[in-house]
Amino acid sequence: MNDMPTPESIGLSREDLPNSYIGRSVPRPNVPKLVQGRATYTDDVQLPRLVHAAFLRSPHAHARIARIDAAAAMQVPGVVRVFTGADLAKVCDPWVATLDHLKGMKSAPQYPLPLERATWQGEPVVAVVADSRAAAEDGVAALLVEFEPLPAQLDMETALAPGAVVIHPQLGDNLVFTRTAEKGDVAAAMAAAHKVVEATFVTGRHTGVTLEPRSIIADYNRAEGTLTVHHSTQAPHMMQGVFAKQLRLEDGQVRVICKDVGGSFGIKVHVYPDEVAVAAMARILGRPVKFVADRFESFVSDIHARDHRIKGRIAVDADGKILAFDIDDLTGIGPYSVYPRTSAIEGNQVVNLCGGPYDFANYRCTTTVVLQNKTPTCQYRAVGHPIATAVTEGLVDLAAEALGMDPIEIRRRNLIRDDAYPYTSPPGMRFEGLSHHAALDKLLQMVPVDRIRADQAEQRKRGVHRGLGFASFIELTNPSPFMYGIGGARISAQDGATVRMDPDGSVVVMSGVTEQGQGTEGILRQIVAHGVGVPVERVKVITGDTQTTPYGGGTWACRGAGIGGEAALQSAIALKQQILVVAGAMLQAAPDSLDIVMGQVVDRDTGRERMPLAELGRIVYYRGDTLPKDLPRELVQTRHFITKEYPFAFTNGIQASWVEVDTETGMVKLLEHWCVEDCGRVVNPLLVDEQVRGGIVQGLGGALYEHCVYDEQGNLLTTTMADYLVPMSAEMPDMHVGHVETPTKESLLGAKGAGEAGTAGAPAALMNAINDALRPLGARVTEQPFTPARILAALSRI
Amino acid sequence: MTARIDITLTVNGERVTRSVEPRRHLIDFLRLDLGLTGSHAGCEHGVCGACTVRVDGEIVRGCLVLAVSLDGAEVTTIEGLSDSGEVEDLQAAFVARNAAQCGFCTPGMVMAAADILRHHPEADRAAIREHLSGNYCRCTGYQAIVDAVEATLEARR
Repeated sequence: MNDMPTPESIGLSREDLPNSYIGRSVPRPNVPKLVQGRATYTDDVQLPRLVHAAFLRSPHAHARIARIDAAAAMQVPGVVRVFTGADLAKVCDPWVATLDHLKGMKSAPQYPLPLERATWQGEPVVAVVADSRAAAEDGVAALLVEFEPLPAQLDMETALAPGAVVIHPQLGDNLVFTRTAEKGDVAAAMAAAHKVVEATFVTGRHTGVTLEPRSIIADYNRAEGTLTVHHSTQAPHMMQGVFAKQLRLEDGQVRVICKDVGGSFGIKVHVYPDEVAVAAMARILGRPVKFVADRFESFVSDIHARDHRIKGRIAVDADGKILAFDIDDLTGIGPYSVYPRTSAIEGNQVVNLCGGPYDFANYRCTTTVVLQNKTPTCQYRAVGHPIATAVTEGLVDLAAEALGMDPIEIRRRNLIRDDAYPYTSPPGMRFEGLSHHAALDKLLQMVPVDRIRADQAEQRKRGVHRGLGFASFIELTNPSPFMYGIGGARISAQDGATVRMDPDGSVVVMSGVTEQGQGTEGILRQIVAHGVGVPVERVKVITGDTQTTPYGGGTWACRGAGIGGEAALQSAIALKQQILVVAGAMLQAAPDSLDIVMGQVVDRDTGRERMPLAELGRIVYYRGDTLPKDLPRELVQTRHFITKEYPFAFTNGIQASWVEVDTETGMVKLLEHWCVEDCGRVVNPLLVDEQVRGGIVQGLGGALYEHCVYDEQGNLLTTTMADYLVPMSAEMPDMHVGHVETPTKESLLGAKGAGEAGTAGAPAALMNAINDALRPLGARVTEQPFTPARILAALSRI
Repeated sequence: MTARIDITLTVNGERVTRSVEPRRHLIDFLRLDLGLTGSHAGCEHGVCGACTVRVDGEIVRGCLVLAVSLDGAEVTTIEGLSDSGEVEDLQAAFVARNAAQCGFCTPGMVMAAADILRHHPEADRAAIREHLSGNYCRCTGYQAIVDAVEATLEARR
C-alpha cells in the first residue's frame, strides 16, 4: 500500500488493462460542444449592466499626444465615458518588464494608456466606453486627438547607432539586453578548421493570429470589493496577480475565469495595456466592461515575434565533425519589453539553443535586444526555437555542401549520442535524456529517401526542381522556476490538481493548467481515470477559474501534460489509496489486497468485484455513522508538482520536408512532411499527432507566408487576413508523425511537452528543402518568409 | 446612424422579426440580436470562414452579409444544423479524429464541410482541401479535418 508507485506498478506500459487510458487515443470530452457550436468563449458571456470598450489607437509610430478632446464623443448616443491615460493612472500603476536573472536588462514603465507619447502605430491611446461596441466605435470616431509626430526608430540595425532615436530617453539608449555565451576557443577552432562557412539568416516578424481575438470582460463589484475577470488567457492565476498588483488590490479580491479559449500559441499569456485598461475602467465604473479585439487591433496590438537577423559561422574538420559555431543575433522588440515574461527571452533562447542537437566543443553566441517603434514582440509558440533551429540546421547543411557530404551523414556524425546523457551543452543547457539517433533512424524508416532522390534526379531532367531538407531540433519543455521565477516574475512553475470522488462514484479533477485546444482537459481526464481506476466517462475536469482550481501557472512552454498531468496523476493515486482504506474497512479486507478497476472495488489478485464506488460513496457521504469512528475518509486529495532535478525537460526530434520550387514563379509547393519527436511518454497519440501537425503548419506559415510588413513610416501594412497570409488547407501537405519515447525520470508520468516541436523544426526543414531544390541553380535563400519574390531574386530572375 | 429597418426571416426553422440598423452584419445579428453564439467573427473581412452560415441553401460569410438584406430569407446556423441531425456523422467523425482543437473555427468548418457533403459527394482529399481553403484553422494541421470529412463521405457512399 505504501510502496512508491512506479510506472510499471500503475500500468503505464500496459495498454491491455481496462483502466489503462494513459497512452491511448481517447477522444477529447470537449469536442462535441465545439462541433455543435455550444462552447462558451469570452465574447459569448453576457452580464447585467455590461458596457463595451473601444480604443483610439495611435496612427503614428511615434508621436506626442498634444491634446485629447472628448466633447463630441460624449455626445454620441450610447457613449458612457471616455478615459485617457491620466484617468486610468489614478487607479492603475505602471509596470516594467525586466527579469533579474537577465543581467543588465532594462525597459521603461508602461501604462494602460500612455500619458505623453504613443510609441507604436496601434498603441491604445484613448478608450471610449458605450452601451454597445458599435456605439463605442462611433465614440472613437468622434474623438479629437492631436498628435505631433516624432521621428521613429524602426530599423533594429541602427537602433544603437549614433543618431538613433532613443525611444525612452530615461533609459539612455535603445539597448534592452545583451548576452554572450562562450565555451571553448572559437577563434582557434575556426583558424584550424578544414572548412568554415557562413551565412546571414533573417526570420520574418510574424504573429500568432489566434482565430478568437484577445477578449476580456472585467467586472468590479463595489459592494464586495471584488474584481471578476472573464478572460481569454493561458494563465489565469498569473493574471489574477497582475490585475491585483496593478489595480492596488489583494490577490484574493480578484477572480479570473477562463472558459473556452479560441487559440493561444503564447499570444494570450502576456499583459496587454488595453486589457489592463478594461480592468481599470471596470474598477472606476463599478460595472462590467467588455473588450474584444477586432482583427485590425489584433494585428497591431497582439504581440509579434521572431524579428531577428542572425549572422552565423560553422567550422568543420575534413570528416565533417563540427568544431565550432559562432553566432551573432540581433532582434528588435518594439518600444517596450512585454510584462511579465519580458521580450528578452526570445533572444536569450537563441543563445541557449543554437547548435542544440550536436556534440561540439567551441561555441560563441551573442544576442542583442533593441527597442524600435513597432508593435511589441514577446513569446510566441516555440520561443526562439525556430530561429535557433533555422540557423543551426542551415549552417549544418552549408557545411555538408562545402564538404560534399550527404546532409543525413553529417547529422549522423555530429548528433549527440543516445548514450551520452546526462549531457550539458556548450551554452549550459542540461539534457536528461534525448534520442537524436533513434529519431533519425525512425525518420529514415518513414521517409523513402532513395525513391525521393531518384525522383528528384528524374524531375531535374524535365526542369522540375524538387528538394528534400532535414532539421534536427531540441525543444525546451516543463520549465522550472529557472525560466521566470528566479528573475522575480510572479509566474508559477508549480502546478496543482485536486481530485475528488462524489457520492455517485464519479470523479472531479480541478487543475491549475488550462485548455486552449491542446487537449489539456482530455489528458487530465485520462490520467485521473487511469490513476483512480474509473471509466473516463466518470471523470469531469474543471480548469480556468482561480477561485476553484489549485494555484498554478497555466498552459505555456509545453508544461500542461508534464507538470499539470503529473500533479493530476499524483492526486488520483492519493485518492485511490484513500478510497481503498475506506473500502478495506467496509469489506474487512487489507487495503492493499484491493484495487479499483472501472469504477469497481475488486480483489487485487483475482479481479473479483467487491463493491461499486457508488456504494462506497453512498456510505461515506450519507451513512458515515456506520464506518469506524477514526477511519480517515477524505475523498478529496490535492497534490502539487514541480520539477526539481533539471531546469527544463528537453525533448528532441527531426523533421523532413519535400518540396517543389517553381523557378518561373518562385512558388513553393509542399509535397510531403515528416516529423519524429520524443516528448517522453505520449499520453494520447491522437492529440499529440495533430498538435505536432498544427505546430508544423504554424512553422511553415512563418517560413512561407506570414509576415508583419511595415512601411518607412512604421505603419503596419498587413492588418487584415487578406494581407497577412496564414496557411490554408489546400496549401498544406499530408504530414507523417512518428514518436520515440524517452520518459523523463523526474515524474511518474514521464511526459514532456509536445506542442512546440512542430513549429521548432518546420522552418529549418523547409529552408533546407528549398535550398536543396535550388542548389544546382546556384541559388540559396536564408531570409524568411521564403516568398516568390525572394526566391526569384535568389535565382536572379528579378 | 440611420433608422432601423424591420426584417422577418426564418432562422433555424423559427420565424423571427427584428428591427436592425442598416449597418448590422449577419454575424452580429445572429450573435447579438438572437443569441446564436455558435457562429464566430474571426476576421471581419470574409477571409477566415469562422462566421460561415447557410442562407437559402448556400453557405455565406456572416461578416459580409447585411442583416437588412435577409428579409424573407432562410438562415441555418451551426445550432440549427446540429439540432437537425443532418451532420451527426460528420460531427462524430470530428470528435473521433480530434479534428478540432480550440474549436473557434469549427462551427464554420462544419458548415463548409456540410456543403461538401451536400454538393460534392465525390470529393477526394485534394477537393476537400480546396473546398475548405476558405476556412482557416490555426490549431490543427488541417489533416484531421480532411480525414474526418473524407471518412464521412466514404461512409455515406
